[in-house]
Amino acid sequence: MGFLSYLINGISLGSVYAIIALGYTMVYGIAKMLNFAHGDVIMIGAYVVLTAITGGINPLVAVLISMVVCTVLGMTIEKVAYKPLRNAASPLAVLITAIGISYLLQNIALIVFGAAPKSFPDFIKVPALKLAGGELVISGVAMVTIGACVVIVVALTFFVNRTKQGRAMKAVSEDKGAAQLMGINVNATISLTFAIGSALAAIAGVLLCAAYPSVTPYTGAMPGIKAFTAAVFGGIGSIPGAMIGGILLGVIEIFGKAYISSQVADAIVFSVLIIVLLVKPTGLFGKNIQEKV
Amino acid sequence: MKKKIFKNNMITYALIIAFYIVMQVMITTGSISSLLQGLLVPLCMYAIAAVSLNLVVGFSGELSLGHAGFMCIGAYASAIFSRVTEDSLPDLPRFLIAILIGALVAGVFGFLIGIPVLRLRGDYLAIVTLAFGEIIKNLFNVLSLGKDNEGLHVSFNDAAVMELGEGGEKIVDGALGITGTPRDSSFTIGIILLLLTVFIVVNLVNSRTGRAITAIRDNRIAAESIGLNVTKYKLMAFTISTTLAGVAGVLYAHNLSSLTVKLFNYNTSILILVFVVLGGIGNVRGSIIAAIVLTALPELLRGMANYRMLIYALLLIVMMLFNWAPAAIHFRERIKSKFSKKQEVV
Repeated sequence: MGFLSYLINGISLGSVYAIIALGYTMVYGIAKMLNFAHGDVIMIGAYVVLTAITGGINPLVAVLISMVVCTVLGMTIEKVAYKPLRNAASPLAVLITAIGISYLLQNIALIVFGAAPKSFPDFIKVPALKLAGGELVISGVAMVTIGACVVIVVALTFFVNRTKQGRAMKAVSEDKGAAQLMGINVNATISLTFAIGSALAAIAGVLLCAAYPSVTPYTGAMPGIKAFTAAVFGGIGSIPGAMIGGILLGVIEIFGKAYISSQVADAIVFSVLIIVLLVKPTGLFGKNIQEKV
Repeated sequence: MKKKIFKNNMITYALIIAFYIVMQVMITTGSISSLLQGLLVPLCMYAIAAVSLNLVVGFSGELSLGHAGFMCIGAYASAIFSRVTEDSLPDLPRFLIAILIGALVAGVFGFLIGIPVLRLRGDYLAIVTLAFGEIIKNLFNVLSLGKDNEGLHVSFNDAAVMELGEGGEKIVDGALGITGTPRDSSFTIGIILLLLTVFIVVNLVNSRTGRAITAIRDNRIAAESIGLNVTKYKLMAFTISTTLAGVAGVLYAHNLSSLTVKLFNYNTSILILVFVVLGGIGNVRGSIIAAIVLTALPELLRGMANYRMLIYALLLIVMMLFNWAPAAIHFRERIKSKFSKKQEVV
């Protein structure tokens, strides 16, 4: 039963990575930039929920507030810091700016909330599921997390493939210039992508802190990096890829911790990533683009 | 053209030496805070790391996010060597050998990692180098090494489990790292190594090989079609860069008597990349100036206590927008042309 419960823990952690990775992947697909501040939006989302719940607001409403705050935050960051650099001479410029935003968010949180870890309230009141005569216990948080991940991936796939805005997103990510000629508002589409990505980050922040109940200004950094590797793992720009990549990463991490050594679990995760990329350089679901002269 | 490059290089060397002299004067007259004085060796380390990363990012056009990992390898390899030979070799030759060992080991790792990794392009290369940096940090964090009369013992498990025989001594103690490393680094040595690094990089860049490397950066397919061996040149730039990163690591390892992997996380890699981009991609002098200013800046802002990193972040964003945004560049050019017009009228 140990194996099964590790597996479920892994899928649950992986679902959080997957939700974060979706934000990375969508933004990368459309703006061709690594949004290093994404992990810190997660942290802000977690702090907002924490503040709202301690203020006596209903947890569900608190999550909604957090999503709104993160959406506004994400769109503002895009408008102020990334948009002016969209046509910069080097793609590295916007990357460094994103790093600057990441530092900025961390330090704002540091000043407002302090460096000490704050414990996160246990607000997901879903009873644990006991299977096989109580030998296999699936916690409520794990079920909610996995459920949320599945719902989000299905909804996003539907959105991107079936709605007008979603198709506009696909078009912009394929060819900005051509999309503009077809009457698509490129700026609005990029804004929308950042909005969706940031709202997902808020959800991820809540789920992450529900599973590991403490928040610090640096909470978002490491999950952000891992989710980013998950996005690359699955093939950056691909929605199912981000989900599969995230879940695989979570499972590998938990198995590595359980069966090999908890100290080198991260090393194992990253080694698997490297091996996958060396065998399939565009990730599991990435498209192979032929270069033309 | 050649003369211009020569002049440009001389300015860089002169600036470094001038910086050294000013600092030395300030130290002897006591007009420098002890905090800033303690930063002098790290300043050199960051400058060396930035110049070496510029070789990859600026001239080879690849994004590497694992530079701190190679610094870590150089630091650990040299610190272990210094600890083992502490009693048997005199100070100066031991440190020189330590520098060579740190550089060599980091270079060999760079070469081995470069062979498979440089097949990847763009952001994939970035993520793999980031992953390598994390793996290296993770492994060194659990590494234990001890020596006794039978020789060296290595363990990747708990340090306490390791059984050492007679005359046993722990050299590397897991997450606690290496303690008791001889403090051989000094500001003078740091500056000499920085000058050497700049010498190697600018001479490489302005050679036939360097032109091949930049040609590959500018257009890989065109460079390939005129017969340049892309892998060879990319690997060469990457290996030299990691070798120099190893030197920066050696400098750091011998600055304080204790060494842990804490510094060598991905934030440090990012920080070095910030120096490179802010100083100007492909601009060696810019990298050094950015490294010095940005390393000293948090110290100079120390009076503002909690707000210093906030201001640092804001400055970083504003400087990036000012330097790189097409609208800002256009704005600056308009101002410039206005000024030059006025001069013409006069």
